Amino acid sequence: MLKKLGEHEITEKGAVIRMGDAKFPAPFTGGLEYASPARGTWNIVHTGMLIPEAHEIFVCAASCLRGVVLTAAEMNALDRFSTVEVKENNLLDGNLEELLIDGVSDIINKLEKRPPAVLVYTSCVHHFTGCDWGVMFGALKERFPDIDIIDCYMNPTLRKSGLTPDQTMRRQMYALLKPRTINKNAVAIIGNDLPTRENSDLYITLKNYGLKIHEITSCRTYAGYQEMAESSLYITYYPAAKAGGDALAKRLGGKHIYLPYSWDYDEITEALNILKYECAKTLDEGIEKNIDKIEECEKSFEKTLALIGETPIAIDYTFCPRPTSVAKQLLMHGFNVKRIYLDSFTGEEKKDYEYLKENYPDLELYATVDVKSRFMASSSREKLGATNISNSDNEKSASDKWLAIGQKAAYFLDTDYFVNIVEGGGMFGFEAITDTLELMRDAYENPKEMRKLVQIKGMGCGSCCIG
Amino acid sequence: MKQTSGFISTYSADAFGVCSALYELGGMIVMHDASGCNSTYTTHDEPRWYDMDSMVYISALTEIEAIMGDDSKLIEDVVRAAEELHPKFIAIVGTTIPAMTGFDADAASRVIEERTGIPTFGFATTGMKSYVHGASLAFETLANIIVNQNRKDNVAESTMPKINILGLTPLDFSVNGSDKSIKEYYRSKGYEIISTWAMGSTLDEIKKSADADLNIVVSETGMGVALKLKEKFGTPYKIGISLAGEEIDVTDEYQESINEHNLIDFFEGKINNVSDKENKAYNEDNPEILIMGERVNSLSLAKYLSNKTGKKCYGYATTDSDEDEIIDTIKSLDNLQVIIADPLFKPILKLIDKSKAQKIKFISLPHEAFSGRLYRNEIPNLVENTNMLLELL
Repeated sequence: MLKKLGEHEITEKGAVIRMGDAKFPAPFTGGLEYASPARGTWNIVHTGMLIPEAHEIFVCAASCLRGVVLTAAEMNALDRFSTVEVKENNLLDGNLEELLIDGVSDIINKLEKRPPAVLVYTSCVHHFTGCDWGVMFGALKERFPDIDIIDCYMNPTLRKSGLTPDQTMRRQMYALLKPRTINKNAVAIIGNDLPTRENSDLYITLKNYGLKIHEITSCRTYAGYQEMAESSLYITYYPAAKAGGDALAKRLGGKHIYLPYSWDYDEITEALNILKYECAKTLDEGIEKNIDKIEECEKSFEKTLALIGETPIAIDYTFCPRPTSVAKQLLMHGFNVKRIYLDSFTGEEKKDYEYLKENYPDLELYATVDVKSRFMASSSREKLGATNISNSDNEKSASDKWLAIGQKAAYFLDTDYFVNIVEGGGMFGFEAITDTLELMRDAYENPKEMRKLVQIKGMGCGSCCIG
Repeated sequence: MKQTSGFISTYSADAFGVCSALYELGGMIVMHDASGCNSTYTTHDEPRWYDMDSMVYISALTEIEAIMGDDSKLIEDVVRAAEELHPKFIAIVGTTIPAMTGFDADAASRVIEERTGIPTFGFATTGMKSYVHGASLAFETLANIIVNQNRKDNVAESTMPKINILGLTPLDFSVNGSDKSIKEYYRSKGYEIISTWAMGSTLDEIKKSADADLNIVVSETGMGVALKLKEKFGTPYKIGISLAGEEIDVTDEYQESINEHNLIDFFEGKINNVSDKENKAYNEDNPEILIMGERVNSLSLAKYLSNKTGKKCYGYATTDSDEDEIIDTIKSLDNLQVIIADPLFKPILKLIDKSKAQKIKFISLPHEAFSGRLYRNEIPNLVENTNMLLELL
């Protein structure tokens, strides 16, 4: 039983499924959806703010504005953010185009400092009323020839129709780049919210080839952002960035390669070989020898297992793009992975899914948006007898201790022992394994203020977004 | 009017007002929306989300359902969830896209009620009005459907005058103990509290509201239900909140500030706001202190500070005003020395004459319905104590 509400018992049925019984790619029946308080992943406001000096203007109804304006306020970026509110009369009068043009113009004219770029976000209502983007953005570009104006989209109703808003955002944020002479010694890592770790195999490989590495997270000025357009190679490793990488290479003339995030040794090796091949080809040099880091990974697995032992582990989909790959490797190395929190599998997870289904059929999948997910966290709290949740003094018995990898898993299990990383945390390659294992050892020994940390929106955005 | 906010936040929306008003009553509340409404409401506007179980969900509307006008998925999903969760009632809350596609919340509710046997209400909210409108709609619906329709006269067990407190939501009072302080204040004055709409009361307590001798309206979200309870049971009402142990009655000021006809239209959803009248709020001539925010709170604080400081105060309801209107109001007050408002209003001073702005002292008074969780820990319980304000004046 998950909870007793009045006379009725709420069970977990429907919100949890054995891996052996799970269907691909949708293990759960869809329906009404719950939103947990774990909010560390980035949204389109955070991502847009990565373009240095750009100003964001959202044009939508009050209920939609509410979330984005407070996102901007929480990241202390209201000075780079404005809104135009769509009201009922605009829908009735059919003057949404006029409202957008006049509203955006009014805001730009009021700004103390002229921004080099303006991101104008339209919403579902513009789509459903058949607004003419050519008219709206054509007029704005005519009025403000000195400003780069780009169309961005907050249209969650269309999230299952073609590219998702997240994918579209990761495409549009590079659409402002203007063609320039390609420099064969320059590459760009595209589409990440968080900077690629400098100790990652990806970064080290590029450095070893002597390449100049562009990444939006390190751009400090709009002019610096524009320099990304000199790249001969565009690299993506975050799945939602793939479409943006394709569009960019097609428009600017470089080459795009997508290297999937994985914990599988063969896949990592293959991805790094592709990277080396492309670097060598670009520079007309030989292919750098593979550095075998598998032994290093194995040692790290051993060290971590010795510390963590049989402690139950749960992983969630916000930790990285491929939680099933992480689960597979941990299980293969003897870790007690009990749960994965996810609502669907991605296409890239097919092989991991098949392996886990066959070899670990009792692994449990927990939904995060199911109506019953609402009661999972409070049920965990009650089982643990915690009255003051996430208080550092709140000691839980060893038998109740879970190690969570990701914020949602930590929230649902009410554990302060968790790896606080979202969206892969800029990790890629063998280092993604060794760095995560190190974070797991740290998380096992050092509890964090889970309640406080997981509710912060856009983890790490404060240090990435430059005004 | 360009409906722009170049520099300030926006008030919580009507759909969230419905959710906030009904949150504690054991119902299942479903916002008919694609995705963003649920996370926005629960992250920014619902301080009870982490600790107090509830059943607030979204329908996860998709493009194809919107285009095809397919309400069956919503109905099936709600019925299935209700069969598992057994809520005391179900609320279907409209948002922007359903409003555009002509979704009939009442009709869907009737189908759901027929299939589940659970009382179900539809709210024709649009996501384009303020939380005041949504919470008002929710409270009025409770008055129409949930409250026992027979008033219990001359209750033998108590001789204490009985009251309901109307308009209590965290959007206006946060979770800093203000709700409890209001109740304690009235208990200390010899009142028996029948219900508080809707923090700290059960649905069963709300049902008994007709038994009250008097309704106390503590925010504008409670005005619609006060009018309804007066119409149905003849219960009189008073408007105002108690501040630092003093009851502030702004019934006259409130009624002066708006047009009674407009008020009824507003609560019935026919107009967007009630601030059309020039004299919008408790507006003394040439005020020195401007209090911006929710109408009843602003009026009460204006009257209280006026009494305490001897300075002229203006309680300005900004819940339905846009940035240009607010700027024009500030510009029009020649003798203005102090603004008391949510900190996210402060950037607006950039938009007025520099020499005037420099003379204005800005005192932060965070309001959950405007800045959400951002300054939640700094929201004072003025019902208990107003020293922090008085010391700054």
